Amino acid sequence: MTKKTTSTKKPEVAGYNARQAPINAKLGHDELLGLYRDMVRIRRFEERCLRSYQQGKIGGFLHLYIGQESIAVGCVSVMGKNDHIITAYRDHGHALAVGMGMNEMMAENYGKYTGCSKGKGGSMHYFDPSRNFWGGHGIVGGQIPLGTGLAYALKYKGLKGAALAFMGDGAVNQGAVHESYNLAALWSLPVIFVIENNGYSMGTSQERSSAGPSLAQRAEGYGMNWDIVENGHDVLEVRDKVAAALKLAHEKSLPSVLEIRTYRYRGHSVADPDTTYRDKKEIEEYKSTKDPLMVCQSALLAEKVLTEELIAKIDEAARAEAENSAQFAEASPYPTVEDIKKDVYWEIDNPADRKSEGALFFD
Amino acid sequence: MPVITYREALRAAMSEEIERDPNVLLMGEEVAQFNGAYKISEGMLAKYGPKRIVDTPISEAGFIGMGVGAAMLGLRPVMELMFFSFYSVAFDQIFNNAANIRYMSGGLINCPIVIRGPANGGTNVGATHSHTPESIAAYHPGIKVVVPSNAYDAKGLMKSAIRDNDPVMFMENTILYGESMEVPDGEYLVPLGKANVLREGTDLSIIGHGRAIQMALKAADLLKEKHNINAEVVDLRSIRPLDEETILNSVKKTNRALYVEESKPFCSVGAMVACIISDKAFDYLDAPVKRLTSIDAPAIYSPPLEKLQLPTVERIYQAALETLK
Repeated sequence: MTKKTTSTKKPEVAGYNARQAPINAKLGHDELLGLYRDMVRIRRFEERCLRSYQQGKIGGFLHLYIGQESIAVGCVSVMGKNDHIITAYRDHGHALAVGMGMNEMMAENYGKYTGCSKGKGGSMHYFDPSRNFWGGHGIVGGQIPLGTGLAYALKYKGLKGAALAFMGDGAVNQGAVHESYNLAALWSLPVIFVIENNGYSMGTSQERSSAGPSLAQRAEGYGMNWDIVENGHDVLEVRDKVAAALKLAHEKSLPSVLEIRTYRYRGHSVADPDTTYRDKKEIEEYKSTKDPLMVCQSALLAEKVLTEELIAKIDEAARAEAENSAQFAEASPYPTVEDIKKDVYWEIDNPADRKSEGALFFD
Repeated sequence: MPVITYREALRAAMSEEIERDPNVLLMGEEVAQFNGAYKISEGMLAKYGPKRIVDTPISEAGFIGMGVGAAMLGLRPVMELMFFSFYSVAFDQIFNNAANIRYMSGGLINCPIVIRGPANGGTNVGATHSHTPESIAAYHPGIKVVVPSNAYDAKGLMKSAIRDNDPVMFMENTILYGESMEVPDGEYLVPLGKANVLREGTDLSIIGHGRAIQMALKAADLLKEKHNINAEVVDLRSIRPLDEETILNSVKKTNRALYVEESKPFCSVGAMVACIISDKAFDYLDAPVKRLTSIDAPAIYSPPLEKLQLPTVERIYQAALETLK
């Protein structure tokens, strides 16, 4: 495991057990299974994406979520109907967690018209506003002001909801993130800044990029609540801490910063050979002790929610779903040249309601 | 008809839209308690309260990006940049997020935001505060760009911009803020993309936008007075969308064109318009399309020199004579 910066946060209450936390104690058989199933689906989808990438079916970058599944699944599982979510380019896990389908996601990766963005966004830019999912953003930290704006709009409209604005540990040194912290704290906006700290901003470790005792503690400078989820691989601990932050946002309209410690098994993107900045042993050690799927599986086996048979069944279904999505993507048509100029201007796409005149395109 | 200033026209437009639509709000540095750095929003806090008129910290990337996010969820924020020059601090939020969000989401999201403020030189505030980025903004598909040159247009275009479902960069001019003209009371809209023929003529088309086109009117008077030349003066009002039809009709009538603007010459709006004219009206031209811009250097501070760096009536007049040679 990478050398972690010492957390200065108050130690956990002795005997803390995420399973006994109120938000988790009431979880029934089906809900627990659902959490596990969603994590498995993410992993199998990502593995299938990797194969497609290696086959040359997917262009550009591919940032896999393998190792971090417990975060998206845990966070989304406690969101309510007025809660919204936005993230960066490692967005497949969040998309599946909010309920987007593998077909539209894989087709997007393939650049096909049946993709969630009609092949115009790609792997880094998934969106589904109907599920309160606002992307999928390519510039590190650039989505954080947008997430703050979602919270602003919720408060403006008097809705009891919050925005979860996700970023990686590399984003915390971007100015736009700090400006967002200030605005959120200044105006008491219901936003939760979730830092998925996987230890590396691309190939640069946290120690080599970020000053200070912890990433979350920077919130103190803005008088904001903060917390650290040490065991980010534990979906139940993620749920507990996010639920607490959501409660603050919903009931007191207070923002917070939540740093969730996690790990990615693959390179920053698939193009990263992953040989320059960390030891393979570090990856193997995490996989063998803290794998989110394995940890959840063991706990649910012990609770007799899962059986070996069910594990195999869930796995098989997830693999088939992912495989089908690749076939769907393969069989789907590409956008046409005519499609290139659609979805640029609302007015062009809605000609009956166009109020402006003149040329909007110049080719 | 009441005579009001460009400043009052902007205030009237924003006030009427705030009263019409509960999702419209004005945000920016010093817009509320201070009554606006250039007093555009004077009295609006007292009238509409702090929910609708919102002071922000000096944090352009943060609050412009926040406005983009709020617009995605259905608000219609009007974001004031104290100087449009500060857009560069928020460049990523404007041109990666506001401009691209509709496209990258395959049309699922739209972003009805207005980003407005003065974009001009001539006030001796140096290069950092004197940018005229209309061509830089208009370069980005997804963005609309509006540059009103008078009070009537300022009001009608602002109301249209606020109702527009695409992001609009609305570029004003501090030197014009105090200029008055007759503006009708109450509701009217000027559509984006509709140029205005300020003066009809037969010998030469002087096309342009912003304060430079007001100078062109004076230059046209001189041309008439001294040489009996009838120049047509066309104010584009909107850069993107662009009223190609009015431009081309004018050039087809006069057979000569001069573009005037305050921007620097490289890849300016005038460069684009010259290209369009040569593509679509080449056979009608009796002379190459000429352009008159600011002198190609960062905005100089020295007050008498800055006047000369920008377009002047005299420079426009001389450029017009050269076009007619």
